[in-house]
Amino acid sequence: MRGVREGARAVLPVAFAIGVAGVSFGALAASAGFSPAAAVFMSATTFAGSAQFAAVSVLGAGGSVAAAVGAAALLGARYAAMGVAVAPALRGPAWRRFLLAQLAVDESWAVAYLGEGRFSEQRLIGAALVLLAVHVATTALGAALFVPAAGSLESFGLDAAFPALFLVLLWPHLRWRSGLAAALLGGAVALLLVPVAPPGIPVLAAACAALLGLRSP
Amino acid sequence: MTRPWLVVLLAGAVTMAMKAAGPLLFRARELPSTASRIVTLLVPAVFAALIATQTFAHGREVRLDARALGLAVGAAAASLRAPPIAVLALAVCATAGLRALFPGGGS
Repeated sequence: MRGVREGARAVLPVAFAIGVAGVSFGALAASAGFSPAAAVFMSATTFAGSAQFAAVSVLGAGGSVAAAVGAAALLGARYAAMGVAVAPALRGPAWRRFLLAQLAVDESWAVAYLGEGRFSEQRLIGAALVLLAVHVATTALGAALFVPAAGSLESFGLDAAFPALFLVLLWPHLRWRSGLAAALLGGAVALLLVPVAPPGIPVLAAACAALLGLRSP
Repeated sequence: MTRPWLVVLLAGAVTMAMKAAGPLLFRARELPSTASRIVTLLVPAVFAALIATQTFAHGREVRLDARALGLAVGAAAASLRAPPIAVLALAVCATAGLRALFPGGGS
């Protein structure tokens, strides 16, 4: 139990940022035609902000269901890598490990890390439950606050909020040369494809920029 | 079923399966380093693509409009280590301000 409390306390400083992202996601989902129930359900089940933003943006821009799910899968891929790292710390039967695996998201994963490749299951649970509660509650708030009047999003400049939010999420990755190169290539590929490919496809195709990782560092 | 709900259910199933894959299948094994480098780079590649399309795409057209100013102001704020909420607020104000100054142009 002590570990659970420690994890919950350790994640509190980032809970505010998670809340801002949650409100933004709720509003973005509402503007993309998602009902508040669908937005909240997605936050509770997918529980992966970046994958949710990607799926909703692609559908909102006129992309197909397949392209939206594909975008979520691309951004969810890193959770597979995080899951492999945290796997030895999760105990018990398969159903329990399945549920605990859902709790390993960026911030809870970082809080649960004890160093030298070891993770604390209890800290993971504590941190993730706080994050999940904040994420779901603020998604509901954002979806409820959004007023679906045509043009209102644009006249208040709110359509510029989502690229700015992605910029905030992207920023830490630009510290490394490989991250910067992948971002520049990904952005360029997407823009070149906008005039020729259906909506959503440019974002999926840009994922090829990650193949820069084939080079050794 | 509506398209948004279809996306919610499918994206949820895919993400949940990917999160669970490690703890259920690969216990005590490690991802090859090349694979983990590619996975790490997926994030900047896809985010940059989302930024580029949301800022410059208008349907199938590439346009330079008020959203680009918002992004530039947001990037300047981020490089000065402004908190996320300030980055968002400045980007929104810059875009709305330019549209207010030049109504009709640069929508």
